[in-house]
Amino acid sequence: MSVIEARGLTKKFGDFTAVDAISFEVAPGESFGLLGPNGAGKSTTMRMIGGTSLRTDGTLTVLGLDPETHGPEVRASLGVVPQQDSLDEELRARDNLIVYGRYFGLPMDYLKPKADELLEFAQLTEKANAKVSALSGGMKRRLTIARGLVNEPRILLLDEPTTGLDPQARHILWDRLFRLKEQGVTLVLTTHFMDEAEQLCDRLVVIDHGRIVAEGAPQALIRQYSTREVVEVRFGSARNAEMEGVLREMTDRIEVLPDRILLYDDAGEALLDEINRRGLNPLTSLVRRSSLEDVFLRLTGRSLID
Amino acid sequence: MSDTGVMAPIRERLGRRPAQFGGLYAGNARAVIERGFRVIRTQNWGVIATGFFEPVFYLLAMGMGMGALVGAVPGPDGQPISYAMYIAPALLATSAMNGAIYDSVNNVFFKLRYSKLYEGMLQTSLGPLDVALGEIFMALFRGLLYAIGFLAVITAMGLVTSWWALAMIPVALLIALGFASLGMAVTSFMKSFQQLDLVPVVLLPMFLLSATLFPITVYPEPLQWGIMALPLWHGVELMRQLSVGYFDGETLGHVAYFVVMSVIGITAASLRLRQLFLR
Repeated sequence: MSVIEARGLTKKFGDFTAVDAISFEVAPGESFGLLGPNGAGKSTTMRMIGGTSLRTDGTLTVLGLDPETHGPEVRASLGVVPQQDSLDEELRARDNLIVYGRYFGLPMDYLKPKADELLEFAQLTEKANAKVSALSGGMKRRLTIARGLVNEPRILLLDEPTTGLDPQARHILWDRLFRLKEQGVTLVLTTHFMDEAEQLCDRLVVIDHGRIVAEGAPQALIRQYSTREVVEVRFGSARNAEMEGVLREMTDRIEVLPDRILLYDDAGEALLDEINRRGLNPLTSLVRRSSLEDVFLRLTGRSLID
Repeated sequence: MSDTGVMAPIRERLGRRPAQFGGLYAGNARAVIERGFRVIRTQNWGVIATGFFEPVFYLLAMGMGMGALVGAVPGPDGQPISYAMYIAPALLATSAMNGAIYDSVNNVFFKLRYSKLYEGMLQTSLGPLDVALGEIFMALFRGLLYAIGFLAVITAMGLVTSWWALAMIPVALLIALGFASLGMAVTSFMKSFQQLDLVPVVLLPMFLLSATLFPITVYPEPLQWGIMALPLWHGVELMRQLSVGYFDGETLGHVAYFVVMSVIGITAASLRLRQLFLR
């Protein structure tokens, strides 16, 4: 049985269709990703799951309930980490956790030790009595994530959880999320970081202009929509266009981006050797394995992070 | 899967709620109120103090300053009273109005669109009605502090002459409830800060014209009827009557005006809750 089931889920703001009849299911304990560029409709979908945005059409159940008519009940089982930190600036760090727990109706004798535990988890123990405004961006992010765990949620909704975190903090967070997953927590996350999606998601949907354009496990999507390897070459902005014709004949598919050209080929090293043998002299070159970024480029013709 | 864990009893309680509460009300406005008191306890005394001083400054400037020029004016019962005595109850009514509007319009709008406070609250088991009730309660509590403070000041200055003046406190709350609930409904239609600027455009003339600083009898009769249709005039008249303990047939009418206004306001705000909090 799915913990989240969306059928033809649609959200319009006036004439603008933010989410356009998407359908998906999330299994218990699964780690599910919504991948797409800014404005694709990911955050709106997340908000509809929490019942804080009303859908225009379609059906949606979360743990068997409609979040629109059973919002408080559905959210009792959800942990929400929004894209923009919505911390209570008028309260101190530890009070943010306690007060948030009170909103769920949790008792103080549970919340006091829990708040300390979560501060520890977020590495903010020394900042327990700091004002929110005095915390750094990364600290606020960690506090927001800790806050989302105060009700021991069954489903954790993470809207771009690591945006704005430094690499070390991202890896710590990924580790914490893995542990939650091991405990059976279902993770639903949006991201436009490909490595994050590959690290964390069992399965994902790629969303563009409010529509699902592909669905599957990260590796399966890469196999389906891209080649095993990618050669990236740069000739400088003046020569990129000039090189396009030559390169296009050397492999099945190329993408010309403003700053570089991508060549899709299962044998990347051999292709690069050929480029060098012909004396095309790229300024820089590299061979890498295909990523979800390439899948996205293939499906939408655009790069994810613009 | 059996329901275990710390949220199990809460889920169970929420599951037993009447269906009509649905997505709107979780029966936990108390948590929002608790938050309000925690904020007051930790920092907000400065903000509260400014709201208290505003009517006091008006009273000193207009009542004492202007009053020296004006001399005695006829009170609610026709007996002459000092000009300060005349405007003090009106200032209390106005401050109840201003405080309520500030909380239910400017504050709610800011917390909704900019500080994201309500967004955070609504990611929990709270419903929009819990948030609205909690915030209206906090607005009334603040109004209560202002009313007590101002009443103490005018009593010390000898500007009230009746024990009925004590009733000015609950009446201030009733006025505040009427304006706060209607204000919240109005806020649900607001999209930008520019639209907030329209609020003083309505409130300031209402303050100046509602027989606060001079009797309504200075106007030609048609204009008097216009003023009497506005809520603040009823608040001002009611407060003035309480300050000297004089009542007539209109007293209950003034009370009824605010009861009806509150009922309409609460109904309108409830109907607009989805538009206000959920998009």
